[in-house]
Amino acid sequence: MSATMELFFRWGHFLSGITWIGLLYYFNFVQGSFLKKVTPEGKAEAFKHLVPLALLWFRWAALATWLFGAVLLAMQGRLGKAFMLQGEDAVIGMGAWLGTIMLLNVWGIIWRNQKKVLGMVPASAEQKAKAARMAFLASRTNTMLSIPMLFFMAASGHAPTGLF
Amino acid sequence: MKNPLDTITGTIISGFVLTAILYVIVAALVP
Repeated sequence: MSATMELFFRWGHFLSGITWIGLLYYFNFVQGSFLKKVTPEGKAEAFKHLVPLALLWFRWAALATWLFGAVLLAMQGRLGKAFMLQGEDAVIGMGAWLGTIMLLNVWGIIWRNQKKVLGMVPASAEQKAKAARMAFLASRTNTMLSIPMLFFMAASGHAPTGLF
Repeated sequence: MKNPLDTITGTIISGFVLTAILYVIVAALVP
């Protein structure tokens, strides 16, 4: 039963993680370039119907990914050792720390600033421009952090002998 | 100096460099 539950949480972690990071890469590799080239009318339509929906899936998938991963580590009795970077659990722990920083970036910086950019909360043109820059840098930071995060997630339990 | 995060290439290269740095740290922590 425990192994079945672990598989369920690992599966959930993968499904939500792919949704989260897939949308992160979409924002950084596709949408940003598109919004620079599109007409003002097209940009307004995207801000009304496309970006809010993408951000909805993005931020909730981020939370789900973290929760599935944390429960999985707790079920294995490794949650504390991972976050304290102890012994062999330092490998998954580094991935978990990077994922945690990324989750905090999503909810604390990206989403908070995107609400101003999209007009969901009142903001002056100057505040919107500042919020857009903050959200952009936080999103790019998460894209950068995703590279080592996925390395440590993949390496945990699957690294060649002697790599760590 | 230009912020490397302003370009996709700079972001990806930064990610690989950070991976190498963190690998050295984690490898030192694992017995």
